[in-house]
Amino acid sequence: MEKKNNSSAEGIISKEEFTQNWLQFLKEFLSGSKGFYILLLLSGLIVLISTMFGVNAMYVGYSHVYGTYREIPWGILISGYVFFVVISTGLTIISSIGHVFGVKSLIPIGKRSVYLSIVTLFTGFMVIFFDIENPFRMAIWNVLSPNLTSNIWWMGTLYSISLIFLTFEFLLILLRKYRYAMIFGLLTLISKVLAISNLGAVFGMLYGRDFWYGPFIPIYLVASAISSGCTAIIFFTYLGYRIRNERFDKPMELALHVVGKLWALSLAILIFMVFWNIMTGLVGSEAQRLAIREWIFGKYAANFWFFEIFLGLITPFFLLFVSKFRNFNQMFAASLLSFIGIFFMRVDVVVIGQIVSHFFEYKVTDFPVILTYKPTLHEIMIIIGACAFCIFSFLIGEKVFKGHHTEIH
Amino acid sequence: MNWKEFFKNLRTEEQGCVPDETKREFLKIGLIITGVAAGGSLLNVVSVVAEGLATSEELHKEYPYKPHYSMVFIVDRCINCQLCVEACRETNNVPEYGWRTKILERVDTKAVDQQSQFMPILCNHCNNPPCVRVCPTKATYKDKQTGIIKMTDFKCIGCKACMVSCPYDARYYNEEKRAVDKCDFCWESRLSKGMEIPACVEVCPTELRIFGDLSDPNSEVYKIVHQMGKAVWVLKPETGAKPNVFYTIG
Repeated sequence: MEKKNNSSAEGIISKEEFTQNWLQFLKEFLSGSKGFYILLLLSGLIVLISTMFGVNAMYVGYSHVYGTYREIPWGILISGYVFFVVISTGLTIISSIGHVFGVKSLIPIGKRSVYLSIVTLFTGFMVIFFDIENPFRMAIWNVLSPNLTSNIWWMGTLYSISLIFLTFEFLLILLRKYRYAMIFGLLTLISKVLAISNLGAVFGMLYGRDFWYGPFIPIYLVASAISSGCTAIIFFTYLGYRIRNERFDKPMELALHVVGKLWALSLAILIFMVFWNIMTGLVGSEAQRLAIREWIFGKYAANFWFFEIFLGLITPFFLLFVSKFRNFNQMFAASLLSFIGIFFMRVDVVVIGQIVSHFFEYKVTDFPVILTYKPTLHEIMIIIGACAFCIFSFLIGEKVFKGHHTEIH
Repeated sequence: MNWKEFFKNLRTEEQGCVPDETKREFLKIGLIITGVAAGGSLLNVVSVVAEGLATSEELHKEYPYKPHYSMVFIVDRCINCQLCVEACRETNNVPEYGWRTKILERVDTKAVDQQSQFMPILCNHCNNPPCVRVCPTKATYKDKQTGIIKMTDFKCIGCKACMVSCPYDARYYNEEKRAVDKCDFCWESRLSKGMEIPACVEVCPTELRIFGDLSDPNSEVYKIVHQMGKAVWVLKPETGAKPNVFYTIG
């Protein structure tokens, strides 16, 4: 009884203490560098402007302001969704090696990764919110009328569940209840890997679309998530330390060294996957060949060769080896370039799957053999806004959670 | 397995051991293909009706739906008068920016004699519909009785997965309904009210659209689909969607 009283007395914070805590928090929040606040303001402003674009699109109707149409209903907003949720999954996969499976060298990157995983997943949801015509209906009918054969249903449900797990995981880490955090970390990992493979299957199980059909995309997205996760960890950890004017300590240096090596390995795997996907596609059905030819030799050749291959895969791979996984400036440059490349990978995987006309084999004059899609200002602004939101939340996170320092447990 | 059994099994693969039913099936496909060749004006459409249906048994014995609604186009009769498209627009309140049925024009400048042909399209009400599988909220579904692919508008979240999955480009997003819209063989506007045929079939001056119950041996669609003299084909059979809209020539 006495014990109980004591503990409850400990739990209560007096009014003064509370005010003091807040004042201290506010003081600390305002103690950042000028650059920090400029970046915060700028990203906040971009979020605001792009939200206006999003709301405007909702108000006038997506079909009037987006570049998508009947034959190509999925544009860069779907790509953006894939981009962010794959990063989120990657962050979960890589960070769980440390704080779920106990590989000590990766523990220092855990807390920031869990936080950013929440941020990027939430960003993904925001992007899709501006793509789905009736997002509010989704919340109701996903529950009341589930279609268990639909990959979209599984993906949406699993990602929603994983967001809850992730939030618990993060709160438990903050409360230093590492044992429980580990359990939630494992649940997050399982739900996210299942979700991402279902996201791949959204495309891979469309038997009318030769470019997508098959087991490649679900597997590719998991492999790609590992790569994206490493990219994000290096990018944001480097920036975080830069913003806080801190130097990497030894455990963090070791963690980034390990992440760099994992990244190089995943890039090598991805290069193989992309190569054989192209090679098999080139001898596939006519629809598949048409799509792949347009991708690598046609209008999308710059996307493929420059952005996907050069910026997204080859240059980071090369830079990683030049950096010997120890020069963090070079590794950061690699991650920045890779991010750009990854975004184009997502654009291409979504768009190329739809560019071959439904009736191309019947020589119809009503549609060209290869359809075109051009993203509009509204779509581009929503993507820029989503990136800005990630930066904004990252900056807030660095400040509020004081650089996400983790003690090794 | 010993050698004796091995050779015994091999022998069953020989032609003499093929059951009569399979032989008849094979012969029939052969005749259908010959029909395609005899048709002449067909460009690169070489699919056969047996591939279009759920299984080849269903062609001869059983249909999953009653009435199993189906449509046959006698394509060479189409004159592109657009009356069907207009009738569909009026009957089903299809807005200017969308369509439930459309007439495509096929052109092959290298073809002998006739170098173009009109090809009407609409929802194929597939037996293995990709759109129904992908819909997360069952907003689109295959009617258990008629096999018509229908929509429950208020459940549609507008993710457009059904539009992406459809091999026939049969769906569009209707802003007024705030749902994806598609051909329902005029179920809502006509068939459910006692009328027997969709609006597009009624107005067609050349009677190229034939609508009916594929499981009823007395229906015209049954007679066309089950004859052997002329080729009957479906669009894009390779997708495995198993459509219920057939094409033939007059």
